[in-house]
Amino acid sequence: MWNIPFVPPTASQEAVSISWLYWVITALSFFFGGIVLFGAVYLAVKYRAGNQNVDRSNATDSDLRMELSWTLIPLILAIAIFGWAAKLYGDIYAPREGGYYEVFVVGKQWMWHCQHPNGVRENNELTLPAGRLIKATIISQDVIHAFSIPAFRVKRDAVPGRYNAMYFTPTVSGEYHLFCTEYCGTKHSEMIGKVRVLPPDEFEKWLQSGGAGAAAAPMSLEEQGKQLFAKLACNTCHMNPNSAVKAPDLNGVYGHEVKLADGRTVKADDAYIRESILNPVAKIVAGYQNQMPPYQGQIKEEEIIALIAYIKSLAQAGGGN
Amino acid sequence: MATQTVAHGEQQRVNYLNWKTTVASWLFTYDHKRIGILYLVSISLFFLLGGLAAAMIRLELATPKGDLLTSDVYNKMFTIHGVLMIFFFLIPSIPAVFGNFVLPMMIGARDVAFPRLNLLSWYFFMVGAVLATIALVRGGIDTGWTFYTPYSSSFAKGEVSLAIVGVFLAGFSSIFTGINFLVTIHKMRAPGMTWFRLPLFVWAMYATSLIQVLGTPVVAITLLLVAIERSLRIGIFDPNLGGDPILYQHLFWFYSHPAVYIMILPGMGVISEVISAFSKKRVFGYHFVAFSSLAIAIIGFLVWGHHMFSTGQSIYASILFSFLTFLVAIPSAIKTFNWMATIWKGRVHWEAPMVYALGFMGLFVIGGLTGLYLAAMATNVHLTDTYFIVAHFHYVMVGGAIMAYLAALHFWWPKMTGRMYPQSWAKLSALLVFVGFNLTFFPQFILGYMGMPRRYHSYPEEWAALNLLSSAGASVLGVGYLLPVIYLVWSLKYGRVVTERNPWGARGLEWELVDTPPDPHNFERTPIVTRPAYDYGHPEEPTGIIPKPRPVVVGGKDG
Amino acid sequence: MSVKEAEVLEHGTSLAHPAHEEILGEQFETLEQQNNAYLIGMWAFIVQEVLFLGAIFAAYGIYRLKYLHEFTLAHKELDWVVGGVNTLVLLASSYTMARAVRAAMQNKHGRQILFLGFTLFFASIFMFNKYVEYSRKYEHHLIPGWGYDAHAIVEHGEKKTILEPTPEGNYRVKLETEKVVTPEEFKQRTQLFMGFYFILTGLHGLHVLVGMIAIGVLIIRAYIDYKKRKPVADYMPVEMVGLYWHFVDIVWIFIYPLLYLIGR
Repeated sequence: MWNIPFVPPTASQEAVSISWLYWVITALSFFFGGIVLFGAVYLAVKYRAGNQNVDRSNATDSDLRMELSWTLIPLILAIAIFGWAAKLYGDIYAPREGGYYEVFVVGKQWMWHCQHPNGVRENNELTLPAGRLIKATIISQDVIHAFSIPAFRVKRDAVPGRYNAMYFTPTVSGEYHLFCTEYCGTKHSEMIGKVRVLPPDEFEKWLQSGGAGAAAAPMSLEEQGKQLFAKLACNTCHMNPNSAVKAPDLNGVYGHEVKLADGRTVKADDAYIRESILNPVAKIVAGYQNQMPPYQGQIKEEEIIALIAYIKSLAQAGGGN
Repeated sequence: MATQTVAHGEQQRVNYLNWKTTVASWLFTYDHKRIGILYLVSISLFFLLGGLAAAMIRLELATPKGDLLTSDVYNKMFTIHGVLMIFFFLIPSIPAVFGNFVLPMMIGARDVAFPRLNLLSWYFFMVGAVLATIALVRGGIDTGWTFYTPYSSSFAKGEVSLAIVGVFLAGFSSIFTGINFLVTIHKMRAPGMTWFRLPLFVWAMYATSLIQVLGTPVVAITLLLVAIERSLRIGIFDPNLGGDPILYQHLFWFYSHPAVYIMILPGMGVISEVISAFSKKRVFGYHFVAFSSLAIAIIGFLVWGHHMFSTGQSIYASILFSFLTFLVAIPSAIKTFNWMATIWKGRVHWEAPMVYALGFMGLFVIGGLTGLYLAAMATNVHLTDTYFIVAHFHYVMVGGAIMAYLAALHFWWPKMTGRMYPQSWAKLSALLVFVGFNLTFFPQFILGYMGMPRRYHSYPEEWAALNLLSSAGASVLGVGYLLPVIYLVWSLKYGRVVTERNPWGARGLEWELVDTPPDPHNFERTPIVTRPAYDYGHPEEPTGIIPKPRPVVVGGKDG
Repeated sequence: MSVKEAEVLEHGTSLAHPAHEEILGEQFETLEQQNNAYLIGMWAFIVQEVLFLGAIFAAYGIYRLKYLHEFTLAHKELDWVVGGVNTLVLLASSYTMARAVRAAMQNKHGRQILFLGFTLFFASIFMFNKYVEYSRKYEHHLIPGWGYDAHAIVEHGEKKTILEPTPEGNYRVKLETEKVVTPEEFKQRTQLFMGFYFILTGLHGLHVLVGMIAIGVLIIRAYIDYKKRKPVADYMPVEMVGLYWHFVDIVWIFIYPLLYLIGR
């Protein structure tokens, strides 16, 4: 009973910097809140009607200097906090180039489905290495969910049809809560889980052993993607020099600029590849005809993630030409 | 002074309550005062219903396990609570009850500009409320009051469409009220009642009406589109049908963020009135307080995106929305400091409405300051959709708006009814509300910071103690809200009879020139206003004058 | 306070024209105040309407950009000739409405009834054309959620050679750019367009209907005034319905190009 927590664990780099911001705003709030709360009561007692022994001379009902000071001082403080908070936010949610360990998260009524690049799958659990920058790519299969890890102070909505990403660096080993924070129906409050942070070497061991305790996967995401690539017969056109249909070479595409038929250039990222699988005509590569059928409604989010992982591996293998 | 002319035969004097007493005379009245009373009675009912749902929620959350209600019932409970409290209590609360009752008197008018439209608004409200209640009773809905798509449009079962039609009608009630007050403030002011002689409550109502007219139609049509999507399966918001669920959030918050100002701005107007009346001093910085209401109404339309930082909206849009959100906090700060400066060197009478107003300041400042955590992008993302949000908006909407509503009720009660309630009971209930409120909702800030998500039916063990404290506080709060119901109703029969026009010694046409209870037409003749509002510097002269007083008709037709 | 205001106060409403007494609402002091109040109220109502309908136009615009190909084909299902006739009809009705307002201001009851009658007549033509359009949509199974299928649009597109089936059974839509969609997507997205069409024109038609009822009431009122040979009648109701009618007309001026013409 006496072991009541009042703050969440602080288990990531972001949690440290956001906590600082949190406590500075708290200090300011106590200061201004105290002024108003106690100031108003103090004034109301001091100037109570019955009290004749109080100086009421020079009572005024307007004073420009006072107005300006209680307009400008809060304004300046507000702008300072705004800038600080916006900078922190940008650090966590602005897209980054590489250098991270990527996990994929698919939300569905009412569970979280997490995938590691090597194919290890976890349901309602997510195991991460301490001290490494993590990118979580999040999507939903049905309604809107939100992927929230309070100990890391990060959260992102899982929106159907759209990848959202967030970046964070867990620092302290341990087990932390994982919540769905966007109301998603009957079992919203059961769409919870655990995030487990392991020291790097233990994490590697865990990952290599196929994720003890996790729903073991036979092969890596890349491998799964490669198999799917064959199963869906993508390889009859792509990566087939003898194909009658001319299809873009996927070697070294991922992460690079792609020139489109209409003159635009786009970066081949997760969202682009997802869109090109589901609706190929949306952005056609320059010099090609669209001959690929759309896969909308014929492929699961997990499968798309595997295909993306495979195409990404082609970029690394191909050396980015 | 008025008591001398009407001292004889006070019981027989014709007032708006006794000049006709049939049920039909109430249901088909065009009198703004009676319509205000109709709203008072009807929204009190929905407040009690919404409060019952809240009690169920807090009972369930008293223990970590979901043991009292099933999760489906729990989800329906918080939806009932949200829908009733927001659309059928808070939005009509101060505007429809006190805006109707006192606004025309404050500006020296006999009635609002469109009395028939005013009555129609009440009927729209009632039909909407009945439909929504039917939807909630017939199996209920579990979408939450926000009706987020695609959950509401493709997944949720139950009478979602019926509830939406109810909210839609209530929305048009609100729009009509807004139009009515806009025109009333523009065209119905008595001679000499210039814009800068208007009481600050009227300024606040003007800003509120602007939001009602500009914002409500957008949410009305958005909810209608959800109902259409549900019934015809066309993909406006459901991505599986080709729609965009985030578009719904944009349209919804375009109204629903300004809507929080519909709830709080009139409350701020009430507090300006009450603090001035019981400090016997003109509101400090009149122009700043007046224009801060308009600033809130205007900037308030540009901040809706701060509800959507975590949806993946563009970082640059988020930065802009965050900046504007910080900006909209400033006018509220200006008001708060001006209220304090009003008390400074005043003569403070610690009557019940003043105690409520001080309670408002205490709770509202906490609600406002915790808004900063949510305007700041980095902390917003951690706190959004947790109990921190729940606590924050309850501090503003319940601690702020309902405290102001109670202050208004206690302030104008003698004018409305001709009866005085027991002061000590009223002060006790204000204290209970203040203490109970803080016990209920302050722990929720801590829970929210620890990450407890909102709309959870069960939660981890380690949060049991704070949740229990919150539930215990809710029972104190419940007593605090029930007490006024009891002693106010009691006062109707047994309370001290108030015959003087101005029991509080306040300034303002409704106190100085209108009888208690008011004449059906408010004033004997249209007054001429000769002084600014809150003119406490001239203790003996009324703010306005009534030209050429006629002999007062005593006893009505049979008198 | 100005001298004029004081005068009014001194004498109350008795200063006003005796005939004004019965048309002056008891909450008002003067007829000018009443008229201004009604005008401001009507304008506020129209602003509210702009936001109400504006939200749908905004949503429509967003989806048109997103599904340009499908929407362009669906556009071609709308009959721009009937729509054009309706535009002319509504414009004509706006003209007769303006004449009716003028007649009301001049207290010419007969002329007022005549022009209101014309307006009502044009409005009926508009509604009849709407009926024709809607029933044609019904025959082509183009009413969303009511046995909707996109065959008519597909055939139409094939005839114009801007849509061709691919060997996989999908549709290739050829505008300046090309897009391949599955039949299911094509159905969903054209249905979305038809949904916007019915929501926008349906709400507009509802407004026309309300306007027609209001005009009918005005005609009866004007007829009573005419019988009573009232010297001064209140022209504000006509003016207000006029404002409303012009607004409804302007909404159509937006609907017609944005739905009927833009896809041609």
